[in-house]
Amino acid sequence: MRRQLEALPAEIDPADVRKDDVDAWGRSEHLRDIVRKVGRFYYERWFRVEWEGLEKIPPTGGALLVANHGGAIPADAPMIMQGVETELGRPVYGLADHWFRTVPVLGTLWNRAGGIPAHPDNAHRLLHDDGQLVLAFPEGAKGPSKPSNERYQLRRFGRGGFVETAMRAGVPVVPIAVVGAEEAMPLLFKLPVLGKALGMPYVPVTLNHLLFGPVLGTLVYLPAKFRFRVLDPVVFDVEPALERYPLSRVVKEADAIRQRVQDELYDMLTERVSVWFG
Amino acid sequence: MGHRILVTGLDTFWGGKVAAALEKHPEVEMILGIGAGKPSVRLERTEYVRADESYSLLERVVSSTEVDTIVHTFLLVDSTRTGGRDLHEVNVIGTMNLLAAAGAPGSSVRHVVVRSSTVVYGAGPKDPAWFAEDTPRSRPPRTRLERSLTEAETYVRDFGDDNPDILVTVLRCANVLGTSVETPISRNLARGMFPTVAGYDPQVQFVGEDDVVRCFELVVRERVPGVFNVAADGCLPWSQVARIAGAWRLRLPPLFTREAAAPLVRLNLLDLPPELEDLLRFGRGVDTTSLKALGFSFDTTSAGTVELFARAVRLDQPAGEQVPWHTCDCDVESFFRCSPAVVRRQN
Repeated sequence: MRRQLEALPAEIDPADVRKDDVDAWGRSEHLRDIVRKVGRFYYERWFRVEWEGLEKIPPTGGALLVANHGGAIPADAPMIMQGVETELGRPVYGLADHWFRTVPVLGTLWNRAGGIPAHPDNAHRLLHDDGQLVLAFPEGAKGPSKPSNERYQLRRFGRGGFVETAMRAGVPVVPIAVVGAEEAMPLLFKLPVLGKALGMPYVPVTLNHLLFGPVLGTLVYLPAKFRFRVLDPVVFDVEPALERYPLSRVVKEADAIRQRVQDELYDMLTERVSVWFG
Repeated sequence: MGHRILVTGLDTFWGGKVAAALEKHPEVEMILGIGAGKPSVRLERTEYVRADESYSLLERVVSSTEVDTIVHTFLLVDSTRTGGRDLHEVNVIGTMNLLAAAGAPGSSVRHVVVRSSTVVYGAGPKDPAWFAEDTPRSRPPRTRLERSLTEAETYVRDFGDDNPDILVTVLRCANVLGTSVETPISRNLARGMFPTVAGYDPQVQFVGEDDVVRCFELVVRERVPGVFNVAADGCLPWSQVARIAGAWRLRLPPLFTREAAAPLVRLNLLDLPPELEDLLRFGRGVDTTSLKALGFSFDTTSAGTVELFARAVRLDQPAGEQVPWHTCDCDVESFFRCSPAVVRRQN
């Protein structure tokens, strides 16, 4: 079932003389559309994405989607965005490291394709003021940069900032367990010296690099089967818009969400027969 | 009692514009401008005295005219036309002396309005998309202009803390465009060669000069204290600014940007202050919720501001070149002797 993407609630002003559709967040629905057309091949043919519990993602209002993050150059973020946007017809804004902003060309494309620097203020505005779906990976770079023998072992969920952001914005957290992304590009080891010199969070050497060489290996994913399982949304029974929330509560909630995703992952992995066919 | 207003930098664009707007209001009993040169706009009843920003002079002007409102517009935000030393002298020392004069014992000053710039937020990769007035910078000030403005604002904040009975207002203006104001961005647009850093297309915000002047009128007349971002609605990508204005995009390399631009800057074909260089990479947006909460609304959007500017350039309107005209051009001593603005007590 495919629905047309709703028009964004961008303020349309007759005095506005914009020449293209880039919104205040730098997102362009036109470029998103191109990305979705390319992504459709990966979504349907390459990774053969399957969803469970997609109906648990709210059809209206803000919600913070959080997922586990894996694979040296993670394909989970674009696939989740692709899936929700095509199946539910709602735009998704993907939070990522501000490092993207510093990279010419890539940073601009990333931003036009719905990437937002992961700043708490940005998340709050998107969730609370604009009522959008926001995708975040609380593990941060620690998730995709872990060696592949530790795959599906969740890293620390940051400092629970995502919980605090959702509490402040008064929106639910919707956890998503992702299986498949880790095997699409397994990380063998990292090059910390090169990473430091280039100012990158990490520089991975992957199985894909060994198979296809340094250039193609960065672009080509292994055709692992992707499964996304949406867990029950977590609604926090707290007053929104507070300056601070009790640390114990925030850490407890973040840890509980992490544990639920981890349990679900083990469950999905036991059910999985083949990495490539699911 | 009506307002008695002192405007600094009357000879500069902002001082002249703000004074011209304020003198139209009947509740403004007296309006006096100080500046180093002659005012460049036509003023009907604004008194004018040629004065520098030394403390002794400011203190004498403030105490003898018994002004209740000081509108401090004389802060430099264009670092291409002034050296680092001048920026410091004008922005930091000038503000310090003015505030010292305003806070002198027995001062009649009740309200100080300072024009600042959103440059104080900087522009960096760790910035939020929108700065609220209380959002801190994400990295320490890097350029002389940022440092001088940040320091000047620190003086203003301390002044407010030390003088709780004096209202303090700071207006942080985004990139201003208009038919007569001159900024590095407007000069680039008018030349038709617009600098960009290849591979970057950040979100930027603009505000029209008339909206800024109206904002000054509002905070002065209503005596509104606080810090306010002044920027028109919406952000737009830097590349769109060039497209709306019909300017040719000069793509500078992401590495060695400054060095690559240096010859053009030297030949005066390009304006590229270090603040603009950061803006070209990371952009900046500011939140204007608190200003709108006062009931203020902007006449144009950010994109509309660029469009209006481009139209003015296409029609080749001269940039603010009206006939210099002013009521009273007297030196300091004759001002104190004969000006009606000076309050003389019989005793």
